Amino acid sequence: MTTFWFIVIAFLWTGYFVLEGFDFGVGALLPLLSRSEAERRQVLGTIGPVWDGNEVWLITAVGAMFAAFPAWYSGLLSGFYLPVFLVIAGLVVRGVGLEWRGKVGSRREVALCDAGIVAGSVLPAFLWGAIFGNLLFGTATATVLGGALSLSVAVLHGAVFVALKTTGRVRARARRAALLAAVGAVPVAIGTLPSVPGRGPMWTLGTALLAAAALTAGVTLVWGRREGWAFTATATAIAATTATVFGVLWTAPLPGLTLAEAASAPYTLTVLTWIGLIALPGVIAYQAWTYWVFRKRLTAEVS
Amino acid sequence: MDALDLARWQFGVTTVYHFLFVPLTIGLGVYVAGLQTAWLRTGKEHYLRLTKFFGKLFLINFAMGVVTGIVQEFQFGMNWSEYSTFVGDVFGAPLALEALLAFFLESTFLGLWIFGWDRLPKRVHLACLWAAVIGSNLSAYFILAANAWMKHPVGYEVVDGKARMTDLWAVLTNSTALAQVPHVVAASFVVAGGFVVAVAGYRILRERGLGVLPGRRSVQAVQDATVPARRLPDMWRTSLRAALVMTAIAGVVVAGSGDVSGQLLREQQPMKLAAAEGLRHDTAGAPFSIAPGVEVPGLLSLLAAHDPGATIEGVDDIQARYEKTFGPADYTPNLPVVFWSFRVMIGFGMAAVGLSVLGLWLTRRPRPRRRRGDTAPGTARPVPGWFARLCVLALPLPTMAIVAGWLLSEIGRQPWTVQGELMTAASVSPGVSLGEVAITLAVFTVLYGVLALAEGVLLVRHVKAGPELPPVERTPAGPAPARPDEARLTPTLMY
Repeated sequence: MTTFWFIVIAFLWTGYFVLEGFDFGVGALLPLLSRSEAERRQVLGTIGPVWDGNEVWLITAVGAMFAAFPAWYSGLLSGFYLPVFLVIAGLVVRGVGLEWRGKVGSRREVALCDAGIVAGSVLPAFLWGAIFGNLLFGTATATVLGGALSLSVAVLHGAVFVALKTTGRVRARARRAALLAAVGAVPVAIGTLPSVPGRGPMWTLGTALLAAAALTAGVTLVWGRREGWAFTATATAIAATTATVFGVLWTAPLPGLTLAEAASAPYTLTVLTWIGLIALPGVIAYQAWTYWVFRKRLTAEVS
Repeated sequence: MDALDLARWQFGVTTVYHFLFVPLTIGLGVYVAGLQTAWLRTGKEHYLRLTKFFGKLFLINFAMGVVTGIVQEFQFGMNWSEYSTFVGDVFGAPLALEALLAFFLESTFLGLWIFGWDRLPKRVHLACLWAAVIGSNLSAYFILAANAWMKHPVGYEVVDGKARMTDLWAVLTNSTALAQVPHVVAASFVVAGGFVVAVAGYRILRERGLGVLPGRRSVQAVQDATVPARRLPDMWRTSLRAALVMTAIAGVVVAGSGDVSGQLLREQQPMKLAAAEGLRHDTAGAPFSIAPGVEVPGLLSLLAAHDPGATIEGVDDIQARYEKTFGPADYTPNLPVVFWSFRVMIGFGMAAVGLSVLGLWLTRRPRPRRRRGDTAPGTARPVPGWFARLCVLALPLPTMAIVAGWLLSEIGRQPWTVQGELMTAASVSPGVSLGEVAITLAVFTVLYGVLALAEGVLLVRHVKAGPELPPVERTPAGPAPARPDEARLTPTLMY
């Protein structure tokens, strides 16, 4: 049961990184992809209906950690106190910016919202990688590399998403931005590969290689203007990376803490399993429906 | 001053801020969904305008509720790691369920509603709003069930120094939760009702060219572009009365559930009850002080036990008993805060509900004359100007009442985080330094202050601007749509 819940939590974090990963990328790229207000709306319109639902994956992942592994939850959040604080401060500013930018009056206020969106996207995108990098290796280099990896991959993922969801000049710029982001993301990703062997179970080597391969494939597909497939590839890369990270964390989610010590009692895990098994497929279904409803590419004129 | 004090301040500040926005989200969401339902059923254009207008105010406020909520989800682990490790097995479950069953529903379907005006069939679009609103209300249930467990822990046992859940159903049907959920949710409807009443009152004054304070005339309001040349049928009167009805009904629920909560306090948290009155010693026929020195004999016993002669335990005697049971410590919460918050809660809450009853009576429809063949109802009474002013000025009352209620509830629980099991002093994160808490406390306080101010400015601005003109009048050249469901009446994105 402990193992199962560890997998559930890894799954929730994977959902979070894949989904909010492109939200962060879109937010970070906002000033680079758009030249006019219409284009800014076009860019933000790609995530407008979905970003809040995507963020709930984080809330659920953290809530599930609290319920299933209280000591892991409290140890992680109090241990990474200031970085976690900066993440949530970023999420606060970004959320308000996204919700309010269509309701404020002057250009200056819109620009302020945009600044909040950019800062609130870059900061968490970097910090999540830094936190997990530090958790795995405990060195300053790993922290910075982890942050650089998560930020650059989020930017790539977001750029691919914008290219997939828009038309016209924004789409062309997003494609170029994706290729540029790849120049940063691919070397960092390949650079981290040698650190994987010997740390976790054997299969993490496979997921790490898969992540690197998917990332490279994604870049090639963007080059070939196959945006749907490119997005699938970058999503796979993020999912495989998250799987690798959690594979390594399996034995000891925090230094000096085993999963068994951190876990809640079997009763709690069992009831939560039943509720989760019923509810989670429903959540996935209606979120998928949202993406279906808003499947059309956005043009600069309409929004 | 140590990390514990600052962590407590941080929890207080962030929670009260969160609680300024969330009740409005809960109540206003239902109100907007009700308006949109009315529009869909009757096809009357002013319902759509009201939906859009209050929908926008709802969304401005919703953003703050969401982002301040994220902080809450992390704060337990960051500042209160000992607490989290002790209670996670029990307390974490409702939190996880809240995210899984309520937050996903709320965020996903609200996104669909905001962006789905011209992409979804009308019924589906309305259903999305209802799903989001149900999500908000469901989240209130789960978080209050978790909170109730801190006051009255049930369905658990302590093994190896940690609480272990033995019965999830007991946790979710905790008597404290079942009294607290309707109390807080209904109070949220009072807050939202008070908000709508104030907004409608303001619009009524503005469209008559009157100021909020008597004697002031705002001349420019007469030529206000938002006042349509062709007046829609009493749009603000409709919204005002609907909100008054909501507030009055919710007020009854608040009072009833508050009564049940009072009974439970006597059993489960006698110290909080004693502190709320400042009652020093166990007293038969305990009085209730309306203000210090003005006592009504036997009223506290009547409120808490439905018997004017019943014995209510006093602070000092409970302190002595707790010392025997739990060992020497100070078990008394901050008495003045608890005493006054109790009175502010009751007084301001009753004032807000009283105002709504008064308003309903003032704006009632006269009975139809009992003459044969004349079944038409009498003409509606206009909303008196002085009452519209009162509505605007009463805006802070319900919010002050619920914040006071929250202070009573949580400060009255001190020094426990989990009543009888875990003290606040033993709950704080041992590894987090004073400086770290000071930084986060300072940033959150400033950031929240700025954002709350910004929300206030945005709300006021949108209320002043009023609803958008009906499309018919905006495009005088075009043919007037025959039915409200024509494309031009479902305007562009609200984003």
